[in-house]
Amino acid sequence: MAKATMITALVSGALALGLSAGAMADDDMPTGKMLVDTCAGCHGTNGNSVGPASPTIAAMDPYVFVDMMVAFAEEDTYSTIMGRIARGYTEEEYELMGEYLHSQQFQPAEQEFDQALVDKGAELHDKYCERCHIEGGKPVPDEEDYYILAGQWTPYVEYAMSDFREDRRILPKKMGRKLERMLEAEGEESLAALYAFYAAYTDFESFGAGDDDDDE
Amino acid sequence: MSMNRRDFVKATGAVAAVGALGAPTIALGQGKKVVVVGGGTGGATAAKYIKMADDSIDVTIIEPNKDYYTCYMSNEVISGVRQLDDIKHGYDGLKARGIKVVHEAATAIDPEAKVVKTASGEFPYDRCIVSPGISILYDKIEGYSKDAAQKMPHAWKAGEQTKLLRSQLEAMDDGGLVIIAAPQNPFRCPPGPYERASQIALYLKEAKPKSKVMILDSKQKFSKQGLFTQGWERLYGFGTDNSMIEWQPGPDAGVNRVDPETMTVYTNFDEYKAAVVNVIPPQAAGQIALDAGLADDSGWCPVDMKTFESTQHAGIHVIGDAAIATAMPKSGYSANSQGKVAAAAVVALLNGEEPGVPSYVNTCYSIIGKDYGISVAAVYRLSEDGTTIAGVEGAGGLTPSDAPDFALAREVEYAYSWYDNIVHDIFA
Repeated sequence: MAKATMITALVSGALALGLSAGAMADDDMPTGKMLVDTCAGCHGTNGNSVGPASPTIAAMDPYVFVDMMVAFAEEDTYSTIMGRIARGYTEEEYELMGEYLHSQQFQPAEQEFDQALVDKGAELHDKYCERCHIEGGKPVPDEEDYYILAGQWTPYVEYAMSDFREDRRILPKKMGRKLERMLEAEGEESLAALYAFYAAYTDFESFGAGDDDDDE
Repeated sequence: MSMNRRDFVKATGAVAAVGALGAPTIALGQGKKVVVVGGGTGGATAAKYIKMADDSIDVTIIEPNKDYYTCYMSNEVISGVRQLDDIKHGYDGLKARGIKVVHEAATAIDPEAKVVKTASGEFPYDRCIVSPGISILYDKIEGYSKDAAQKMPHAWKAGEQTKLLRSQLEAMDDGGLVIIAAPQNPFRCPPGPYERASQIALYLKEAKPKSKVMILDSKQKFSKQGLFTQGWERLYGFGTDNSMIEWQPGPDAGVNRVDPETMTVYTNFDEYKAAVVNVIPPQAAGQIALDAGLADDSGWCPVDMKTFESTQHAGIHVIGDAAIATAMPKSGYSANSQGKVAAAAVVALLNGEEPGVPSYVNTCYSIIGKDYGISVAAVYRLSEDGTTIAGVEGAGGLTPSDAPDFALAREVEYAYSWYDNIVHDIFA
């Protein structure tokens, strides 16, 4: 998703450039691991958060990661503290962090959720979200441009959604339309159902979305 | 565009493969010993990150206490928001990683023989990491002592002292005066005394509304001052006649003498009698660092900024509050960050490699009241000449003074999640 935004286009260029430069400049740059180690205090060891308000960043799409860091640094995405920290690193360093995080194993958040809403949430996800958040929003490290929702901390997802809705974060057009349609048809409570589904969907091996794509 | 991206991913894979081939660290580290003196935030982090990077290195922590109480969040124990057990952490997680934990005090470090001594034995090392925290300089305040701290707690090392201060606040009558004596820089946790005043006011507002907190400061200004005073104005009537918090600036307001018998404290010109007195004395590097000659005349330990290796004694790295880390404050996050930089350097050096380029961060939250959190953050780099750790310009800084209510509430939630993550990163 978000393929069409200006930022991603710019960053994509930067990624391509950064690679050739990065290969030569290794000696005067920290490693991806050294950089990501500085994130762990808030985002957990190797990016797997055990604190509900801080998102897990392990296994993120590196392209999405760089995009988000740029958006935080430039305040296109609102934050209390992340923008202040994002401005401390170069784009080459974002890339190194992104690579390292991409190689980490995602550990789904262990959290409570409303079991009664999960089925409804799964249905809503299929109808409104699956087109972009493929395979139930689980980590799909071999794919491109994926945003992890399954197994992410609900309080964080709620913050992000309220930022989208309050114009504190750029809402991609397609997502805006889908969201509007869902809220009109299903009401505000549809969001709680979606959150319940993403919180419940943590067993990526056995829960529906395997490698097969016969459910298309 | 998608071609670029595929190339990127492909190339990333190639880099990873080279890394795997060129990484004989597991075999090279064989038989190397690291002894970590002090199992607090810095030491436990360093031990864990060494073990994670190279499992073949033998890592031993020398730490007298069976449990570690974090200083961070201990102000919430003082206000009753948290219980003491909520900030208590043991060493089972580190032991499960194959780290040895010896619950004894280090009595000496011999940098020539490369050995750490305890009452029961000697622990030889190839590299030593010293993370001793602070020592409390009782004698800098006339009348204050370890015994006096049973009556006028410092509560600047969490645990029994935290519990004592909490119980004194609970026992105090409504209308009682609480005094916090705040020290001159540098000291552990620069915003700590002011967060403590906030947390005590939070408790008093609820339970003892006729009481108040007075900070007698040795300094003329303090960390996050604008944000603290703004929060105090909003929540505790700061600046009005009915303020629950009063701040007296130094140098004249600095407490230089106490009398625990009469619960009196003395400044240059005044004396105050209080129901509860929290004396936060001046500090220096932890005792073992002083004894081992790792500190300079300042009482703190000079180190190489890239590796945290002592400039006084080769082979010993000093991290955390005890180290002089230029721009980095003496905070839990700093100690955690320094522990990782030192760990990477130690692993590299033990494997005959040049330590890599370091990267450091500090993030520090203060909770002023319910749904009211503030923060300061910084990303640091080693300066070109390698002599300082400097904050990156244009990055970091404070919560904006016009932050909306929802943001202040989020900062509290982030502070709690930060706590969950950092203690997990250190001890699990």
